[in-house]
Amino acid sequence: MEDKVDHELAMKRLREEMHTSGVATPFATALKIAFQSLRIRFWRSIITIAGVFFAIAFLVSVLNSAIIEQFVTPVEEGGVRGFGIGYIFFLLAAEPRQAWLITMSLVVCVIGIANAMLMSVTERYKEIGTMKCLGALDIFVVELFLLESGFQGLVGSFAGALVGTVLVLLSSLISHGFAVFSVAPWGQVFLNIILGALVGVLLTLLGASFPAYRASQMPPADAMRTEV
Amino acid sequence: MAITQENTVRARAVRKRFPMGEGYLEALKGIDLEVKRGEYISIMGPSGSGKTTLFNMIGGLDKPSDGTVYIDEVDIAQLDAYELAWLRCRKIGYIFQTFNLIPVMTALENVTLPMIFAGLSNDEAITKGRGLLETVGLGDRWQHKPTELSGGQQQRVAIARSFANDPSIILADEPTANLDLKTGHDIIELLRVLNKERGVTIISNTHDPSMLNVSDRIIWIRDGRVERVEARADIDISVGTIGGDTLGGVGGGEIHGGAAGRHAMDRLAGNSSEKK
Repeated sequence: MEDKVDHELAMKRLREEMHTSGVATPFATALKIAFQSLRIRFWRSIITIAGVFFAIAFLVSVLNSAIIEQFVTPVEEGGVRGFGIGYIFFLLAAEPRQAWLITMSLVVCVIGIANAMLMSVTERYKEIGTMKCLGALDIFVVELFLLESGFQGLVGSFAGALVGTVLVLLSSLISHGFAVFSVAPWGQVFLNIILGALVGVLLTLLGASFPAYRASQMPPADAMRTEV
Repeated sequence: MAITQENTVRARAVRKRFPMGEGYLEALKGIDLEVKRGEYISIMGPSGSGKTTLFNMIGGLDKPSDGTVYIDEVDIAQLDAYELAWLRCRKIGYIFQTFNLIPVMTALENVTLPMIFAGLSNDEAITKGRGLLETVGLGDRWQHKPTELSGGQQQRVAIARSFANDPSIILADEPTANLDLKTGHDIIELLRVLNKERGVTIISNTHDPSMLNVSDRIIWIRDGRVERVEARADIDISVGTIGGDTLGGVGGGEIHGGAAGRHAMDRLAGNSSEKK
């Protein structure tokens, strides 16, 4: 009854069949599902995007107000100067109290983003399990969530970086007048915007990738059983 | 070699333990099972008897703690993640108690998703998907989202989806449990027709007695063991008495005793093959 050769032959046959017909990870389909999910959960996505938005708006406004101030009022010997993330390290050495506040605010934002991503994946364990029953590869599941969160991160952090910069410009316009526009280091302001957006996208992807990976590795039965 | 041709699903001494508190809960205590190609099998048993756990084992959705599940004589524990996905995509179709349609997709998109995974082009998938929805009687509702469909209609979409890649096995986990009597009958009838027309093997978990009439064999599970197996010929006699007894007596698990049931499968399987 338990014929060993029999099973090996069956396995060989199955693997031959697998060679002629594979399983696809259709990018277009992943993109479509990701956008449909975002659209259907519109307000939920807006809240996630808002979390990223405020975090990055805060970061970019700190960096850009620092860089503009350095150019408007020359920094005296030994004062805090610096560009991009470097500014925060300088600040840490010169004025640890203020740097501490900025760092803590950023940490809170990072945790907020991670939590939003964690929730958006865990509430859909059942969907993930079902997709795996239909033949989705693990990588497809991860791809789906990275697309979804990547889009949220991109929109949130770009909008945040732009709005943060505009607010900083307005505030320095009020305190220094139009002279600001001629001295402002536009190149560095622009780089700060790019830096902020990049940090935002990376944080959202990081926040989503761990739960998405874990969900993709689950046996479908466990994923479908999980109630959140 | 005869075995290879005949049995499409085979379980050997399958056990499943779940960690529970300090110890373990043994949901399956050594299940032996053989399902032939084209059969319509119902797995009956009270809730908590291990039906769904068995369903997950047979479908490759979870790994047994002990024992082996063969699909077309392939030990599925030896398959890697990609091979399992391939198997789920092409060999097995799943139908769930709670329908499990993807909420953000239309009926047609739900049906075509497995075909897209199988590498069909969009046009091919749409043509085939419309055809399948036609078969289950939802030809005109293809653009509706699951929330815009009734329970019975959702289950029809799920059935169409399970047939997407012409699987050889359909696994249904309590497909009628969330439906009213009439709709449940229609679903059972639909499954029976598809089983006859397409020669697909159907294994269905149920505690719906109306499923008995269409089944080729009924496997009674109690307390994680196979209690007995009945062929269709015996069904007419036993439906009234044993069926009623088991369905009514959820708490009466001890009366029948599970120990004898363990070998009953082999004995009865032997009997039924003699008849043929």
